[in-house]
Amino acid sequence: MLEFRKDLFADERDDNLNVIGKGEQRQDMLGHVTGRTRFFDDHGFDGLLHLKVVRSPHHHARIRSIDVSAAERAPGVKRVIRAQDVPVNKNTLLSLIGFGKDDEPTLAVDKVRYKGEPIVAIIADSDAEAMAAVKLVRVSYDPLPTVFDVQEALKPGAVVVNETYPGNYFEYHDKYDHQKLRFGDVEAAFRSADHVLEERYQMSPIEHASTETNGTIAAPETNNRYVVHSCAQGLFFSLGTTAKILALESNRLHFIGGTVGGGFGGKVDSLTEPLAVLGAMLTGRPVRYVLGREEEMQFGSPRGAERHVIKDGVMRDGRIVARQITSYFDAGAYTRLTSYGVVKCVAHMPGPYTIPNVRGDAYCVFTNRVPATAMRGFGVTGVDFSIEVQMDKLAHLVGIDPMEFRILNAYRDGDMKAHRRVAHNTALIECVQVAAQKVNWPLSETARRASSLSGGGGPRATIPPTVTDEGGRIGRPETRQAPPRLTPGAGASLPAYQPQPAIPVHQPPPAHQPVAPLPSYPSQPATAAPLPAPAPPVPAPPAAPQHGAARFSSVFTRRR
Amino acid sequence: MARMPVQFRLNGSDRAVFVEPAETLLGTIRRGLGDFAPKFGCGQGTCGVCTVLVDGEPRLGCLTLSVTCEGRSIETASGLADGPTLHPLQAAFMEHFAAQCGFCTPGMLMAAKALLDRNPDPTRVEVVEAIAGNICRCTGYEPIINAILAAAQQRGARRA
Ligand code: FES
Ligand code: FES
Repeated sequence: MLEFRKDLFADERDDNLNVIGKGEQRQDMLGHVTGRTRFFDDHGFDGLLHLKVVRSPHHHARIRSIDVSAAERAPGVKRVIRAQDVPVNKNTLLSLIGFGKDDEPTLAVDKVRYKGEPIVAIIADSDAEAMAAVKLVRVSYDPLPTVFDVQEALKPGAVVVNETYPGNYFEYHDKYDHQKLRFGDVEAAFRSADHVLEERYQMSPIEHASTETNGTIAAPETNNRYVVHSCAQGLFFSLGTTAKILALESNRLHFIGGTVGGGFGGKVDSLTEPLAVLGAMLTGRPVRYVLGREEEMQFGSPRGAERHVIKDGVMRDGRIVARQITSYFDAGAYTRLTSYGVVKCVAHMPGPYTIPNVRGDAYCVFTNRVPATAMRGFGVTGVDFSIEVQMDKLAHLVGIDPMEFRILNAYRDGDMKAHRRVAHNTALIECVQVAAQKVNWPLSETARRASSLSGGGGPRATIPPTVTDEGGRIGRPETRQAPPRLTPGAGASLPAYQPQPAIPVHQPPPAHQPVAPLPSYPSQPATAAPLPAPAPPVPAPPAAPQHGAARFSSVFTRRR
Repeated sequence: MARMPVQFRLNGSDRAVFVEPAETLLGTIRRGLGDFAPKFGCGQGTCGVCTVLVDGEPRLGCLTLSVTCEGRSIETASGLADGPTLHPLQAAFMEHFAAQCGFCTPGMLMAAKALLDRNPDPTRVEVVEAIAGNICRCTGYEPIINAILAAAQQRGARRA
């Protein structure tokens, strides 16, 4: 079994992995300050051509006809690329790992499914000529009804956005309309709870807005290969995607990149690589395809919108006894990476808390919006935000300090998570303790003494009898048993859920104001201690391991 | 349209180049002359990554027509270092971790240089104002401001 806990802290190791906590010059910094760092666009080529695309002005429309004759005759135009010129004009990004069906064309064929979808590409001698020719392409459309709301899109009879997925939901394992998590019996627990709170959280799409926009320069190279200067965050991912779309052996693509002018997830979709390489193939010349800022902001894939509906049952003493989460991810018109974000979301239900009854349902929904993609913890950030806001509301409802409320419900080592995995290396309690201490937030003695390392497991390691759905689906039978060492007798009559020693309920709810600093915890070095003189890393004493908040504050005290 | 000849100094060397009448200084410096230090971020004057100095004044290369630069002196981040010796601003940016992806850095450096050249001892507020037109999406502005202040201090110390 892997043990990561101690390895995180450089000053607790006795080996030489001790870089954390010290300034260390980055190897790319000199290039940055001298202007010599080469981003994808910082490469000169003789005879460089420029590619621009015609984009859909409609959110959803059937394409009746496309007339490129005027554009083809426009000054400087070298080549017009149509959907039929793209060798494999249907792809889904995660097909490289065999996940999902091909659902997105590089250039739209008979229908556009979001505003901004590329339809025709124009390659010309200059940017300006390419842009002028884009305006000469005549596309006639039959606008179609649209759907922009995730829950509307799931209703029977809703407009079909993406025919690959006629139900407007991504199909997991080719048959399930969503991802499901079941643990215990939430309905029974709601009935027995002292309070039930249901709230709805809605996230907006977010554009990454990196200072460098998406783009690629591709050029014919020796030996019938193509050199590709790419902004991709996942260079080989993009290489594989390009090779698939262009039906090329991947060894004919020489991708150069890794120097990204800000990505944050917005440069993993291979938005420009396939067309730039196709342009170089068709013209035999270097081709540059760079999104303008407006294109980037409007049509570059954002973090998708999410909706989370959370319903919790909580007891007067602060224990959460049931949590139900229904999540809707707006994938936009095509899957891209949202299907994966949904899986991550379900893995983060019900948050870092031990709750004996959990029900989770998460949908990856298609709408007529710009396809969504990765962004900094996507799939997780939205649901975690919602859960934590919900935790504050619950704490308020039962009149318990929100920090103590989290400690009370926090998972601990040995607890069974709703995913039927035993929790290891949990650290929420210590995080809350350190956070409280940093802002002089008063915690009760019980909360300060709490530890992730004690109080978990035992009855908290058991899997409750779980209500099955109509199809009897709640996960594979072999995963319903906890490891034997943790649940002797699991499967027999299950002991009642036993909470941690209750934290005294504050009545009335305390005003959440910082008060005078608490005395430091006995085992803890003072946070204001001066930086120790450089010393060799001290091995952690094996017999007296430092646990709890002290172990975390070592990180802070060493920071400059 | 007929291309027009333009001459200017770029980082101390005389350069002559033919440009389109509507060509931007950013395009001329990058694709015409091969100095890729100034970047393209928006082409709309909103991000500042194209900032260069024209006769010592910070200018947005994406909104400056090359034909208006006849006879002027242009500076980019490529010309900041004196051979292997870094400009104090460059050294301070390294020291203070004032870059992550580095895409905004050449523009930031030029905006900062214009400030220090006319005001060797700026206040924090003056630094903030000087880089107000330069967007950084990665680093956060504090390390950048600190680096510029540190460079000013170091230059002052050297003069004293
Ligand atoms: S590229 Fe000139 S301000 Fe953005
Ligand atoms: S370092 Fe990336 S934009 Fe400033």
